[in-house]
Amino acid sequence: MAHAVTRLPDAQLAPMLAAYEAAVRERRRHSFIAAAVVTVCIALAAWMGEVKPGVLFANAGRLTTYFASIVPTLRWDSLGADLAEWYWNLDHWLKLLLDTILIAYLGTLIGGIGAFFLCFLACANLVRSRIIRLAARRYLEFCRTVPELVFALLFVVAFGLGPMPGVLALAIHTMGALGKLFAEVVENIDMNPVEGAIAAGASWPKMVRFAVVPQVTSNFASYGLLRFEINVREASIMGFVGAGGIGQDLVEAIRKFYYSDVSAILLLIIAAVMIIDLVTEQVRHRLLGVGGGR
Amino acid sequence: MLVIEGLTRRFGDKEAVSNVDLQIGAGAFVGVIGRSGAGKSTLLRMINRLQDPSSGRILHDGRDVTALSGRALRAWRAEAAMIFQQFNLVGRLDVLTNVLMGRLATAPAWRALTKSWSAEDRAIALSALDQFDIASLAAQRADSLSGGQQQRVAIARALAQEPALILADEPIASLDPRNTRIVMDALLRINKHFGITVLCNLHSLDLARTYCDRLVGMAQGRVVFDGAPAALTEQVAHDLYGLEAGEVMDLPAAKPAYGDAIPQAAALA
Repeated sequence: MAHAVTRLPDAQLAPMLAAYEAAVRERRRHSFIAAAVVTVCIALAAWMGEVKPGVLFANAGRLTTYFASIVPTLRWDSLGADLAEWYWNLDHWLKLLLDTILIAYLGTLIGGIGAFFLCFLACANLVRSRIIRLAARRYLEFCRTVPELVFALLFVVAFGLGPMPGVLALAIHTMGALGKLFAEVVENIDMNPVEGAIAAGASWPKMVRFAVVPQVTSNFASYGLLRFEINVREASIMGFVGAGGIGQDLVEAIRKFYYSDVSAILLLIIAAVMIIDLVTEQVRHRLLGVGGGR
Repeated sequence: MLVIEGLTRRFGDKEAVSNVDLQIGAGAFVGVIGRSGAGKSTLLRMINRLQDPSSGRILHDGRDVTALSGRALRAWRAEAAMIFQQFNLVGRLDVLTNVLMGRLATAPAWRALTKSWSAEDRAIALSALDQFDIASLAAQRADSLSGGQQQRVAIARALAQEPALILADEPIASLDPRNTRIVMDALLRINKHFGITVLCNLHSLDLARTYCDRLVGMAQGRVVFDGAPAALTEQVAHDLYGLEAGEVMDLPAAKPAYGDAIPQAAALA
């Protein structure tokens, strides 16, 4: 092997190494302090939150007991009949599951559109006015910090039972959560195209349309599809407060101890989320493939 | 000795490099010239195996490097160091760490992943930086450096790999004239001092003539010229570059005589 570097004698290297070490020491000290603070916070949180691993281990048995009790009785010689009995209400549940997915779909779509229009206002690299930026950020924060179920409860009171309160609750939460993620994507863009558009005399909306949007669409799509998946899960518990979907039947089964119904509905939800995950992955790859080469 | 036999790379139905045969002796400084899209980059990237050939072989000292995989392939990549047009440093890491990345092929995984480099690795990385008078920048973030400094860091990283061969893909295309000279001088120095073979893609013919002792001209994926810089007549240059010829050479302001040569070149293309 050819030697490409004349290794300097140690005496000559020592002062250079010392200078480098001195320069990085400060950075190391900062990382060390950060690590120490995080460790102390973990200990404090565990103490105040009364996290007791002992309790978890002592009562782990109870959890498995519940899971054991929701397992249906399936016998090999009468499998067909047992399955039919387990999923005795399949038609109804499938209809509710479809409702759930539609609630998630509409909620994601409406929230996503809101997030799209708001996120640009919350970006430090695009908006110079602190007031607009702060207002947009605080509004998005409000939308995502109030739990979906709380919004759903409020809307059920206002609009009555049914899927609409669920859609609205998901849309608002999605707007807050996606708006934050979208804004972070926008803050990481390459600013050269933005300068190019401004230098060509573009107004703010035109600049965003031509210099920012093309850079962020693929990431927006990924986050949007991920949010759809999350929303399907969220929509499946909207029924707990009467805001539509399969949650209504799930909470009833849990409260009334219809053990095998609980497992039947849970498995349906898990299967639905899996299918959606597979489909959205395909969609995302198509989208990234088209906009790819970056 | 680097031997390339019938090397071809297809992208879809387009051949970026088609049936290239070359023999490059150890210690040569070879300039690969031609207009953009001629297949120069693909050729260099195939030698480092950043891109796999569709067919053909690359042999280094009798060893078929197109057949390598796993650890042997990574060792070959370290041996055939790449230098890129956009430097390809990690901007958020400091300069010395960037140079130490040249030791990744040989450093044990636990040392590399915990950034606890051996004293020897650090000594070599610092020495490589000092060779280009930038040891004082070791602790700075790479993205705080100027383009010329960044390319010198990239060359130091290449040297830290202790390569037998340096593949420079348009190393000066993003640099101003002064830094161009510094970087090309650095490559020449490595070539002459340590006898490392340098393969350098260049767009500018004048630079290629000044620094290289052999030129390989490519057009549409094929080698259309191979010889000493002196043998590259203006006629050949026009064939290579067509209408771009004026941009890559310091021609005396276009005379009518050259006007005749241009349709001829176009007819050849």
